[in-house]
Amino acid sequence: MKADAMMLDPITLSVIQAGLQQVCDEMDLSFSRAAFSPVIAEANDRSDGIYAADDGALIAQGAGGLPVFVGTMQYSTAELIRLIGEGRAMAPEPGDIYIVNDPYLGGTHLMDVRFVRPYYRDGKLWCWLSNTGHWPDTGGAVPGGFSASATAVEQEGLRLPPVKLFKKGVMDEEIYAIICSNIRVADQRIGDVKAQAAALDVGADRLDLLLGRYGDDTVAAAITELRQRAATQMRQMIATMPEGSWQSVAYVDSDGVVDQPLEIRLKVSKVDDRLVFDFDGSSPPCRGPMNSVLATTLSSVYLAMRHIFPEVPISAGAFEPLEIIRPEGTFLDAHYPRPVSGCAAEVSQRIAEAVFAAMVQPLPDRVTAAPAGTSGNFALGGHNAERGRDFVMYQLSGGGYGGNADGDGLSNGCSTIGISKAPPVEIMEQAFPVFYHHYALHEGSAGAGRTRGGFGLDYELELRNGEARASFVMDHGRFGPQGVLGGSDGDVNKVVVLRGGESYVPLHLSKEQDIPLAPGDRVWVRTPGGGGYGDPLERAPAAVFEDVRLGRYSAEQADSLYGVIVRQEEGGGLSLDAPATDTRRAEMMQARGT
Amino acid sequence: MDSGENSYDGDLIGVDVGGTFTDLVRLDQTTGAVRLAKVASTLDNQAFGVMNAVAEADSELSRVALVIHGTTTTTNAVLERKLSRTGLITTAGFRDVLELGRRTRPQPYGMKGHFDPIIPRDLRLEVPERMDYAGRVVTALDEAAVRAAGEQLLARGVESVVIHFLHAYANPEHEIRAAEVLADIWPNSYITMGHGLLSESREFERGVTAAVNASVQPLLERYVKRLADELADGGYGGELLVMNGNGGTVSASRVVKEAAKTVMSGPASGVIAAAYTGRRASRPNLISYDMGGTSTDVALIRDCQPSVSNEIEIEYAMPIHVPMVDVRTIGAGGGSIARVNEAGLLEVGPQSAGADPGPICYGRGGDLPTISDANMVLGRLDVGKLKSVPGAVDIDDIRGIFQTRLGDPLGVDAETAAAAVLRMATTRMAGATRMVSVSLGLDPRDFSLFAFGGAGPLHASALAGELGVPEVLVPARPGITNALGCIVADLRHDFVRTVNTPLDGMEIDRLAGMMAAQAGEGEALIRQEPVRIEAIEVTHSLDMQFVGQTHLLSVPLASAMMTRADIQNAFEEVYFNRFRVRLPDIRAQIVNVNTSVTGRRPEVDLGGLIDNSARAGSVAAAQTGSRPVWFDGGGSASGWQDTPVYAREKLPLDARLNGPAILEQMDTTILIEPQDSAVSDDDGNILVTVGGLS
Repeated sequence: MKADAMMLDPITLSVIQAGLQQVCDEMDLSFSRAAFSPVIAEANDRSDGIYAADDGALIAQGAGGLPVFVGTMQYSTAELIRLIGEGRAMAPEPGDIYIVNDPYLGGTHLMDVRFVRPYYRDGKLWCWLSNTGHWPDTGGAVPGGFSASATAVEQEGLRLPPVKLFKKGVMDEEIYAIICSNIRVADQRIGDVKAQAAALDVGADRLDLLLGRYGDDTVAAAITELRQRAATQMRQMIATMPEGSWQSVAYVDSDGVVDQPLEIRLKVSKVDDRLVFDFDGSSPPCRGPMNSVLATTLSSVYLAMRHIFPEVPISAGAFEPLEIIRPEGTFLDAHYPRPVSGCAAEVSQRIAEAVFAAMVQPLPDRVTAAPAGTSGNFALGGHNAERGRDFVMYQLSGGGYGGNADGDGLSNGCSTIGISKAPPVEIMEQAFPVFYHHYALHEGSAGAGRTRGGFGLDYELELRNGEARASFVMDHGRFGPQGVLGGSDGDVNKVVVLRGGESYVPLHLSKEQDIPLAPGDRVWVRTPGGGGYGDPLERAPAAVFEDVRLGRYSAEQADSLYGVIVRQEEGGGLSLDAPATDTRRAEMMQARGT
Repeated sequence: MDSGENSYDGDLIGVDVGGTFTDLVRLDQTTGAVRLAKVASTLDNQAFGVMNAVAEADSELSRVALVIHGTTTTTNAVLERKLSRTGLITTAGFRDVLELGRRTRPQPYGMKGHFDPIIPRDLRLEVPERMDYAGRVVTALDEAAVRAAGEQLLARGVESVVIHFLHAYANPEHEIRAAEVLADIWPNSYITMGHGLLSESREFERGVTAAVNASVQPLLERYVKRLADELADGGYGGELLVMNGNGGTVSASRVVKEAAKTVMSGPASGVIAAAYTGRRASRPNLISYDMGGTSTDVALIRDCQPSVSNEIEIEYAMPIHVPMVDVRTIGAGGGSIARVNEAGLLEVGPQSAGADPGPICYGRGGDLPTISDANMVLGRLDVGKLKSVPGAVDIDDIRGIFQTRLGDPLGVDAETAAAAVLRMATTRMAGATRMVSVSLGLDPRDFSLFAFGGAGPLHASALAGELGVPEVLVPARPGITNALGCIVADLRHDFVRTVNTPLDGMEIDRLAGMMAAQAGEGEALIRQEPVRIEAIEVTHSLDMQFVGQTHLLSVPLASAMMTRADIQNAFEEVYFNRFRVRLPDIRAQIVNVNTSVTGRRPEVDLGGLIDNSARAGSVAAAQTGSRPVWFDGGGSASGWQDTPVYAREKLPLDARLNGPAILEQMDTTILIEPQDSAVSDDDGNILVTVGGLS
């Protein structure tokens, strides 16, 4: 293979690389377009890729896939290959599609359902095509699967080992019936199943054309060569970093069951042209659902690195120079039956935050301060009395991004691991018995810095009729997103439930399950602001004044955070007091003792 | 319009302002004679460029029957944020909707990004009022607060205002009343109601659409008035029609009210010209391919109808949700820069040399290899043209840069590197074009490629080959296609109304009534226009989905009087054709009711676009010379071939030639690859049959 690879010219390689990428992008597009559930169709909570026949290594993956899936499917494919080898999964045949959602077999949480299809050339297994789609429900204690207080995976939903849902192109109605009997709103799932399988068909068709055009051997050689080159590209990126090692810490508020923070400790070391990620010292596995499975932990590091080096394409080669020491004995390497529903949405983002906080030290121009880093999952399930039926609604929300060398952080950005839009208030009110009192900028929430964080979101909604239970799986309620290089942390996530005129704060601040609501009760959520970047006293006073003039920061915050003095004028207007600002900033510098 | 029926037979002028050039087509309706003009655009006041073009085409304005105009005034204003000072009056609690967006980021990877709301926070004011989702009043409108907010905005120097209330699509009463209250104190007519342009749910998209409308209204009004005055001073007594993004036109006096509809009109007119040309050439299904200096626009045309979308975003988080021709932009143009990345692989774009400094061959100091330069190195473009650029650039300089920047790291010579650049560019454009067609559920092989723009005809054969498209159509005047689109465009009004009702719960009579009302409104608007119309055509469609889904499918209706079963069947067919899936057990839902009303203008003869009297008697007589051109045959078949060069305008109408060949005309170069062949048709189009397809 090596010799063949050497004969390939870089131009053919470039074209084949684009061709493989195109196959995956068309799978992504086909899956989203045909999928039934909004989570996949609109939120793009799915991913498609091509994986090596022998070890499942990632060959190419769609550019529009959900970031958290960057690395996971190669592990789930590898586990399938292992199980087939051990005789614990049935051997593949043309036309088969395996279904699997077991988190401990290279997965995330149960809702992320993987399909894996063997792809054959001349009767021989040539590669695997696989995709993941987030199903709206896979059974378990709570609709949607995000139980904040599960203590074992069985409470989280139906767990499927790799079984053939399609055998030689025909769906196994018996397996499908078992699945449907164990999940909610099963009647709509057939649309997603067909879309997920059809996307793999599209991939197979496009791959046929690519191989037909360039020849199987040439493409195989190109895949080998591309893998080496991607590794080279990542190594060259790493080479731009100074020598050293960098440490960081990030906290998950609690596991939802035991009210204690979980700690992620990370040390990133540059060793020759590799980076070694060591999570030694992180918290042990937890009782509640904030455990991460290994595949998700690895994938979280990869997705953070891709945020830092977006120019390196996704492939197994790009991951080669990233050595992640298996965090055995920590909550980042959970085993059966630890509950894991929070790993894909929350723990993954905290791992990414730890990577950012370490990597910003050697790469201050590339890496941002911490983003809000939570999916802000608020679920409301109950009975809609007006329509006489039950409902489950999710309000996912964004938060501020971190300040960075290029400017202030974005306000109300999507989660680090996602790319989906939040639904509009009007659509939410149409679909569910809720009424929003406001949907606004979370004023004052941005972490201060030379460039500040973005602002979070502030919304309040009321249950209109019937009855419902509110559940929260959020984070950053105890610790705000980290500021860096002298910047301050962004404001924390705040949840207040207003019941019968009394306010109630969830016991774990950002997590609690099944808080009963009656009509007229309200839920008020303020999401985190992004961390600040650099010394706030270096921020231009005019920029601070502009934020005060627009009401994003208060005049008091301008003073206390930035040493900028804003005066109220007689006519009601505001003005920047430059001399007083100079004096105040000098005092603050002095008080620091520098 | 005070001139009589006779003036309908005067000249037609189509004039389109692009980023670099203002193009004009003048057609004498009696003789079919055509005059063209191409002058520099004057972007501060586009009217100067328009009048320069009018003068250059020797237009006697008093004998002109109609001027149809495509302008980028509003597009540029939005992209550069040079907008009128605009305020927002909105539902208490929701002023930040325009700043929060839909919680996105500009790119999937990379946590940096920036977004400027179109109306700043201090000009977004709230008033007590609230409807629920069904349009029932929850909080009554506080009229005094509306008045106070209006006064406050005026005191802050606001010129144009948006009234945008939650759920106004379900019940617009509060918006209408607030507009009345405001009209008492507002010094001009620039009051935009959120539901006015598009009565569809989704407060961010509707609000941005309204905000864009308000913030460009004063600019557009001043501009069309200035242009109308200039034309009148020049002796013109007719109507000025302006292109909209839906590919239809509307009179200057009406265009301001819905100014946002002009924002994407530039690319739309090119697609309209493509559809028109294709219909005359019996090519009803086209992919329009407009490759320019910085980007490439692609659109699909089926049965002579351009695809329309009402979900277009003109840049990150800037949706304009009104029905517009669905033109998708691909980040590849003549100026796209090629580089060898850290993995030793070749990349083309997305970085572009733009217009300044531009490609090396522009002679403006550019020193990075681009697609245009690759064409120069390979002899596909005329190296002789380098003599006329500002800086002293020699083909050997360009070749040298290709050698050092690309050839050396790739281990190949400059020509091979240049050919690789084009191959990569073709691969990328083909991929992006496939994504457009696949997203619409269509196979590109069922289409012809309509190539225009400065660089389209140069790359079309290769792109078609890559896509498996069997045929390329190069129109007579690829460089002035947008201006031609203006001349041939019809009058058009589109209506969208949200109903959000399951099909089995829909009162079918009410549905028919809605469509009839939309049609009536459109017909009335068109009849008011002082423009000759041959027919009024009305089409209806429903945006539908299965209950529980979020994405929409457009379901065309044969008429407004359909039974429930007809609608169900039509939906299922469209769904199956797109997704190859039948879901018989799930209920269908009607989301939007759409009606398009088209005032069909008289047929325009395109035969005069190239002066037939100047055509040569034979293909040989049209040949101006030959030059060596490097063709990429894959491996050993690649290399230089002596290639005949023809003056495109001299080719006889029955021309038939085999590749390789180069056809040159004023504003573009057509390349016919060695395995392809080409013929001309009666309108002067060149039809290239792509060879070597399996």
